[in-house]
Amino acid sequence: MHTPWQAATAPLREPKELRPLTGNEAIARAAWEAGVRVAAAYPGTPSTEILENLATYPVEDLHAQWSTNEKVALDVAIGASFAGSRSLCAMKHVGLNVAADAFMTLTYIGVNGGLVLVVCDDPGIHSSQNEQDSRYYAKLATIPVLEPSDAQEAYEFTKLAYEISEQFDTPVMVRSTTRLSHTRSTVSVGERCEVPARVFLEQPSKNVMIPAHARGRHVAVLQREDKLKDYLATAAITSWENGDSSFGIITAGTCYPYVREVLPNATVLKLGASWPLPETLLRDFCASVERVFVVEELEPIIEKEIASLGIKVEGKRFFPRAGEFSPEVVRAGFVQAGLLPAPPSLNAWVPEPVVRPPVLCAGCPHTSSYMAVRASGARVAGDIGCYTLAVLDPLRGIDTCVAMGSSIGNAVGMAKAGETKPIVATIGDSTFLHAGIPALIDAVYNQADIAVLLLDNHITAMTGGQEHPGTGKTLRGEPAPRVDYEALIRACGVQWVRTIDSYDLAGTHQALREAIAYRGVAVLISNRPCVLDPIKIKGPPLEVKTSECTACQSCMNLGCPALTWSDEWFEGRHRVKIDPALCIGCTLCAQVCTIDCIKIATPAVTS
Amino acid sequence: MNEQSNIAASTREPVAFNAALAEPFNVLIVGVGGQGVIMVSKVLASLAQAHGFEVKQSEVHGMAKRGGTVFSHVRFGPKVWSPTIAKGEADVLIALEWAEGLRWLPHLRRDTGVFICDTKRIVPPFACRSRRPGAPMRYSTETAEQVSAYVSEAYAIDATRMAEELGNDRAANVVLLGALSTVLEFSLPEWERTVTSFVPKKTIAVNTAAFELGRNWIAEAKTAPPSDMPARSAPTQTNYTPRLEITDAWCKSCEICVKLCPEHCLELDADRIAKLVAPEKCTGCRLCEWLCPDFAIRVHLDAEQPALEAAR
Ligand SMILES: Cc1ncc(C[n+]2csc(CCOP(=O)(O)OP(=O)(O)O)c2C)c(N)n1
Ligand code: SF4
Ligand code: SF4
Repeated sequence: MHTPWQAATAPLREPKELRPLTGNEAIARAAWEAGVRVAAAYPGTPSTEILENLATYPVEDLHAQWSTNEKVALDVAIGASFAGSRSLCAMKHVGLNVAADAFMTLTYIGVNGGLVLVVCDDPGIHSSQNEQDSRYYAKLATIPVLEPSDAQEAYEFTKLAYEISEQFDTPVMVRSTTRLSHTRSTVSVGERCEVPARVFLEQPSKNVMIPAHARGRHVAVLQREDKLKDYLATAAITSWENGDSSFGIITAGTCYPYVREVLPNATVLKLGASWPLPETLLRDFCASVERVFVVEELEPIIEKEIASLGIKVEGKRFFPRAGEFSPEVVRAGFVQAGLLPAPPSLNAWVPEPVVRPPVLCAGCPHTSSYMAVRASGARVAGDIGCYTLAVLDPLRGIDTCVAMGSSIGNAVGMAKAGETKPIVATIGDSTFLHAGIPALIDAVYNQADIAVLLLDNHITAMTGGQEHPGTGKTLRGEPAPRVDYEALIRACGVQWVRTIDSYDLAGTHQALREAIAYRGVAVLISNRPCVLDPIKIKGPPLEVKTSECTACQSCMNLGCPALTWSDEWFEGRHRVKIDPALCIGCTLCAQVCTIDCIKIATPAVTS
Repeated sequence: MNEQSNIAASTREPVAFNAALAEPFNVLIVGVGGQGVIMVSKVLASLAQAHGFEVKQSEVHGMAKRGGTVFSHVRFGPKVWSPTIAKGEADVLIALEWAEGLRWLPHLRRDTGVFICDTKRIVPPFACRSRRPGAPMRYSTETAEQVSAYVSEAYAIDATRMAEELGNDRAANVVLLGALSTVLEFSLPEWERTVTSFVPKKTIAVNTAAFELGRNWIAEAKTAPPSDMPARSAPTQTNYTPRLEITDAWCKSCEICVKLCPEHCLELDADRIAKLVAPEKCTGCRLCEWLCPDFAIRVHLDAEQPALEAAR
C-alpha cells in the first residue's frame, strides 16, 4: 500500500536495471519479458538484430528462428498465436510486401496468443530498394501501429503491444525506423513474465477465412477500430504536452525528438499510435491552438486524416515527403513556416569529393562471377544481395534489379519479349531460397532460354551474415538439415546443372559460356564462401612486383579494395600495389595479371 | 620519427566539457568500414553513461562492413533529444581516416570544435578508375594548412603507424581514444577501465600501450611545430597519343581483345577482324597487346619512353 506522499515522490518508472540498448535490442528484450514463446523473421536491414538478439535469451523461454522469407515467418507467428502463445514476427518494410497476403487476412482472424509484427522502415534508404511507409499497411489492414520515439519507448510500446493485441483481438504493428533501430540509449528493463498458456480455440468462423466467415469478420474489424480509437485517446502512450507557444505540433515516433530538439518548449501532441487516430482528441488539440503542424517522416498519413476531419493543418508544405528527417530538416521546415529565425549561414568547409560507396570485399567470391558475366556479353537480370554492388564501376555486371527473387522472373520476361542478347539471371543463395524457387519452376515450365547463375556464398551476407536453410545451421547456431541445391534444382525440372568454384576464373568463364549456349534453363552454381561471414577468411596476401608492373590496370578492373595505385608510374599510369592488411589472397588479381607479376608476398623481415 | 603533425598547435587549454553540462556534448566519430569506429563510440557512450549522463549513440550500419563510410554520433548530457548531431554542432570530430575526416569537417563547430584525425589514407577503388595517362587519384588533396585555417584546434596523428609499431594495426582506434581522452574530462582510470573492458583479453597490453601513446602524443603535439603531410609523386610522362597496329592476317577472330578492352573501343569488322572503332577512347593501356594470343596487336605511344624498351 502506498500512502499518498509516497506515490507523489515515487519516480514514474520503478527504478530497475538500466541498460544501454539499441532500439532493436530493446524490442527483443520487451518481447522476451512479455513472455513471447515463438519468434520468426527473415533478415533485412534495419530489423535483423531483433531476432539475433532474441536468440540470446534462453532456449527454454522461446523458440526463435530464421524463416525462408517474411511470409513464412508471419505464418509461423500466426500459427503460434493460433496455438495460444504470444508470438513475434520482425521484418524490414519491404518484407511486409512479401508477407502482405497473410497479413491482410490475419487482421480478420485476430489473435489467440498476442501477436506483434515489428516492421522497420528505412527513411533515407540507407540499405534498401525503396522507402515505403509501412503505416499505410496498418491503415489498409485496419490494425494499430505503435510508433516509439526512442529505445525506452521501443521497449515499453512492444510490451504494451501484447496487451493491446490480446485485449482487442488484433495483431499489432510496432513500427521502427533505421534511426531508432540502430540508436543506443539507456533503457530501464524488467523481468520476464510467464503468461498463462492459452489453448487452441476451435472456432472455424474466426480461424477459417471462407467468404461466409470473412464477411462477418470484416464488420468485426471495423468495430474493433472504433474501440481502439477510444482507447488510444486516453492511453498513456498518447501525450498532450502544453508549452508556451500559440501553435501546436502533432507528431509521432522518431520525429518527436527532432521536434523537441528544435522547439523544446512547444505545445506538442505526441501520438503513441499513428493509426487509428483518436478523432475527438485531435479536434480538441487543434481547437486549442492557432496553427497546427504535423511533423511526420515520409507519408502524410496523420496530416491527411486530420485534414479529412475538416481541420486546417500544415505539414508536408514544410517537411519533405522523401528522405530521412534530422534536426536540420525539421528546423528548416519551421524556419520556412516563419516560426523560427533562419540560422546564420555557416561559412562551411567544402571538402573535395571522395567517392566511397560500399564495395565487394577483397576476395569476395562474387567478383570473379561478375567478371565472367560481364565478359559473356549477356543481358543480366540481377537480384538483391551483396552482389548487387557489382552494378557499379568497374564490374558493371548488372542490368536490372527489382526485388528479392525478381531476377529469374525478369529473365523469363526478357527472353519471351525477344531480347537479342543471351540472358543471364544472377541470384544469391539466400535470395534463391526466399523467392527464387517458384520463379525457377516458372522458367522450366514455360521453357525459357535463360542461364541462371546461383551465387552460393553459404550465407545471407548483405544483412551481416545470417544462417539460412542452405548453411546447415539454425539461428541459434545449432546444426540443421542443409538444402542440396543440385538436387533441388533438378527436381524443379532443370536438365543442365553444374557447380563451379568462382575463384577459378577461367573455369567460371568456360562454364558460363556453356550454360548460355544450352537451349533452355541452365543453372550454374558458383560455390565459394563469403570471406566475411560466418568466418573471416584471411590467407597469405599477394604482392605486386612493382618493378615489373606495366600499369595496364587489368587487375584494377576487378574493383578489389585491396588494390590501389602506388606512387610509381609507368607510361603515364600508376603502377598498382596491394594493401596486405586487406588482401585475403584469393589470387584473382594474379589470374588476370597480364604479365604475371602478382605473387604471394614474401613476409617482411621483422626485427 | 613518424610523420606526425599537429595542424594547429594550440597553446590554450583543451575545450573540456563542463561537469555540469547544460547542453548536450556532441562527438562525431567517422572512418571506413572495418576500422573500429563503433568501438570508439561504444567506449565513449559507456563512459558518459557511467557518469550519469543521458547518452544517445547513433550509427547506420548495414553497408558499413563493405568498405563504405561509417559514422557514429555520440551525444551526452543531462537531456538529449535528437540522436544525430546537426551540421556545425559537433564539439569533437574523431576521424580514423584522412579523407573521411575532411568529409565530415563541416559538422564541427568552427569556433570551439576539436578535430583529431588519423593521417591514414584508405584510397577507395573508385579513386583509381581513370586509365587516362596522367590521371590523378580522386582522393583528397587538401593540405594541413587549409584544415588548420578552418578549425580552431586540429591534430593530424599517424595513429595507424603508431599502432603498427606496437605490433597491432587494429589498435589505431585506441590510439585515437587516447588522443580523445585529453579533450574530455573523464578521469584516466575511468578511461583505462572502460577501454580494457571493450577490447579482447589477449590484446589488453597492446591496447593500453596504444592508449598511452595517443594521450601522450597530443600533449607533445601541443608544443611541437606543425609539419605537413607527405607529398605525392607526379607522373613521369603523359603527353602521348596511343596508336594501334593490328596485323589482320594474324587475327583469328577470337574476340578476346574486344571483350576485355576496358574502354570498349575494339570491335570485329565484317570480316571478323579486330578493329579500333573508338580511337578517342583508347588510353593505350596495352591490355589488348598483352592479351592477344597471336600477337596481332601492337600499341604504339607517340612519345615512347626508354622505360618501355627496358621492360621488353
Ligand atoms: C523482401 C526483402 N527482404 C529482405 C531484404 C534484405 N536483404 C537484402 S539482401 C539480402 C540477402 C541476400 O543474401 P544472398 O542472396 O545470399 O546474397 P549475399 O548478400 O549473400 O551475396 C536480404 C535479406 C530485402 N531487400 N527485401
Ligand atoms: S560480405 Fe561476403 S558476399 Fe558480401 S561483399 Fe563481402 S565477401 Fe562478398
Ligand atoms: S589476391 Fe588480389 S584480388 Fe584477391 S584479395 Fe588480394 S589483392 Fe584482391
